Amino acid sequence: MANLSVKNLHVSIEENEILKGLDLEIKGGEIHAIMGPNGTGKSTLAYSLMGHPAYDIVDGQVLFDGEDLLEMGPDERSRAGLFLAFQYPVSIPGVTVANFLRTAVNARRRAENPDDKGISILEFRKMLKEKMDLLKMDHAFAGRYLNEGFSGGEKKRAEILQMATLQPKIAILDETDSGLDIDALRIVSDGVNALAGPEMGVLVITHYQRLLNYIKPDYVHIMFDGRIVESGGPELALKLEEEGYDWIREKYEAVAA
Amino acid sequence: MTNKKVVIKTGRKVASAKAFNFTAEMVDSANPVLGSYRAEAWSAFEQTPMPTIQDEAWRRTDLREMPLDRFRIPEAGAHNDLPPVPDELLKPIVDADAHGGQVTLLPGGSEISLDPELAAKGVVFTDFKTAEKEHPELLQKLIGNIVRAEDGKFAALAAALSQNGVLLYVPRNVQVEAPLHSVLWGPGADLAHFSHVIVQIEAGASATYVHEVASPTESLDAHTLYAGLVEINVADGANLRFVELQSWGDHVWNFSHERASVGRDANLDWIFGAIGSRLTKNFSDLDLIGRGAEGRMSGFYFADGTQHLDHDTQQNHLVPNTSSDLLFKGALKDKSRSVWQGMIHVAPGAQKTDGYQANRNLILSEEARADSIPGLEISADDVRCTHGATIGKIDPEPLFYLRSRGIPQEDAERLVVEGFFDPIMQRIPFEGVRKRFQQAIKDKLD
Repeated sequence: MANLSVKNLHVSIEENEILKGLDLEIKGGEIHAIMGPNGTGKSTLAYSLMGHPAYDIVDGQVLFDGEDLLEMGPDERSRAGLFLAFQYPVSIPGVTVANFLRTAVNARRRAENPDDKGISILEFRKMLKEKMDLLKMDHAFAGRYLNEGFSGGEKKRAEILQMATLQPKIAILDETDSGLDIDALRIVSDGVNALAGPEMGVLVITHYQRLLNYIKPDYVHIMFDGRIVESGGPELALKLEEEGYDWIREKYEAVAA
Repeated sequence: MTNKKVVIKTGRKVASAKAFNFTAEMVDSANPVLGSYRAEAWSAFEQTPMPTIQDEAWRRTDLREMPLDRFRIPEAGAHNDLPPVPDELLKPIVDADAHGGQVTLLPGGSEISLDPELAAKGVVFTDFKTAEKEHPELLQKLIGNIVRAEDGKFAALAAALSQNGVLLYVPRNVQVEAPLHSVLWGPGADLAHFSHVIVQIEAGASATYVHEVASPTESLDAHTLYAGLVEINVADGANLRFVELQSWGDHVWNFSHERASVGRDANLDWIFGAIGSRLTKNFSDLDLIGRGAEGRMSGFYFADGTQHLDHDTQQNHLVPNTSSDLLFKGALKDKSRSVWQGMIHVAPGAQKTDGYQANRNLILSEEARADSIPGLEISADDVRCTHGATIGKIDPEPLFYLRSRGIPQEDAERLVVEGFFDPIMQRIPFEGVRKRFQQAIKDKLD
C-alpha cells in the first residue's frame, strides 16, 4: 500500500517561509482534502512535494513508500508514483498531447528496463483512446499541442487524462475545480472517482467545498499559515461551507502572530 | 530580453591571412563551353575587394581569422585518398523507395544516375563535366543567368573556380514525381571546394530536388573553404520544391550565393537546413518576377560549439500580385552565434503584394547569441507585409511540468526544442528530411 508521510515540513520561497512545520500522512485508497484560505501555502505544499526548484526545503522529512522523496528529482518522484494535477498547467508549443504522453510512458518503461524499446504506437493509441473515452474527450485532442489554446476545462481534463495514463500511487489535485463549469466539474470528478481506489491515494487541495460534493473525502484537513491546524472527517468541510474561514482565523491567528 | 555584452580584450593577434593562393592559371578558361564565363568571373573576383565588417551585409560576420593562404584546390581523383561519402547520405531521404536520380560530387570526381524514363522525357540531371559534353548549349545558355559573379567576392570565386556542379533541367510540362537528390561531399583539410548548382524548371513543369553539402569534421586546427552558387529558375506555371541541407564539418568556412527567380503563377517551396560549418555566410534571394508567383522559404538551423551561422535573405516582390512567406527558426547552444538578416522588398507598382517574414530563435546557453534583423522596403501602397523576430530562452516552467510527468531533464529539453521547431517540421513534406532534422536536434543536445 502506497504511503506518503510528511513530517515537520518547512518550505521557503526566496527566504520567505511559507510552510512552517506541516505534518500529513496519506495511504493508498484514502481520499484526503486540504482546505484553507488563500495564501496559507496549499499550492506551495503541492509544488514542494513534486519538487519544483523554486521552493527551498528548509527542514522536515517526506517519505514516499519509505524512500526519501526530497532526495529525488521531479521526474524520479513521478516515476515513483507521485502525481500532481496542476492548478495552472503550462502550454508546451509544438508538442502534441499524444507525443508528450508517449514520452512520459516510455520514460517509465525505460527507468525500469534501460533496454526497453518503448510502447508500440498501436498499443499506445488504444490505451489513450480508452482513457480519453473515460473522460469524454474527443480523440482529436491527442493531436493538439499540449495545453496550447486549451480552455480552462480542457486543461483540467488533460491533467486528469495524464493521471489516468500514468496511474500514480498518490495523486495531488491542486485546485482542480477552479475555472470549471458544473458539467466539466462532473466529468473531471467522475474521472478521478473511477481512478481512485485501493491502488491510489488522493489529496484534493481546494478552497471551496464544491468539489467535495463530487469527490468524497475520507479525511479533511484545514490549513492555515503554513500548517495543518484542524483534521477531521467530511463534516469539517461542511462546517467550513456554513461558517467560512473566519473561525479558523480567529482561533489560530493569535497563535501564528 | 536583455542582451549582456561583455568585452574582453586579449593580447591575441588576429591570425589574419595574407591572401588567397588562387591564381588565374587555376581558372579553366580554355574550356570550350564555360571558359569565357569563368574567365569573366575571375576578373570579377580580382576586382571585388574582400568583404570586411565595414560592409553592411558583413557587419556581423568577421572573416579576419580565416587563413586565406591555406586553401588549395583538390587534384583530379583526390577523393580516392579521402574519406568516402557515408552510405547514410546516399540513402533516399524522401518518402519514395528510391530517387529519380542522384548526382554525387566528390573532390576531383563525381557519380551520376538518372531514371531512364526521365531521361527519355528530356530531363537532364547531371554534373557539369557530363553536361559540357552532352548538353553544352543548354549549360552555356543557363549559366550565370540568375546569380552574377559580380554579386560578391565568393560568388565570383565559385563561378571562376567551380570545376564541377549540378545541372537540373526539366522540360516544359514534364512532371518529375520521384525526388532528385544530389550530394556534394567535401572531406579533407586545407582544401577549397567549389560548386555551382543550376536548376531550370520550364513552364508548367514540376520537380522535387534535395541538395546536400556535407563533410566530416577534421581536426580542430584544420580549415576548409567552400564557396557555392545556386541558380534557380522556376518558369511560368512551374513548381519546384527545393530542399537544401548543410552539414559541413566544424572546420569549414562556408559561403554561398543563391537566388531563385519565380515566374507567373509559378511556385517555389524552398527549405533550408543548416547544422554544420565553422562559419557560414549565406545569401538567399527570392525574386518573384511574374504575377501570381509564390515563394515560401523555410529555414532550420541549430548551432553549437563556436559555430557562426549568418543567413541573409531577400524576398523581392517585383511585379503585382505575388506572395512570399518566410519562416526561419534556429536554436543556439554553447558559444555559438547566429545572424539572420531579412528584407522584404516591394518594387514600385508591385501592388497586392503579400509578404511575410519571421525569425524565431531559441537560446540554450548563457553564452550563445542570436541577432535577428528583419526589414521592409516598400515602394507600393496597396500591400500587406508583416514581419516578426524573437529571441528567447528555454523556460524552466515547461521543463518542470514535463519532469513532473516522469520525463528526465534531457528528454524534457529535447521535447521543448523539438516543439519549438515543429512549425518548420510541418512545412517539410518528407519524413526522411524531418528525421534528419530530428536526429540533428538529438545529436546537438547530447
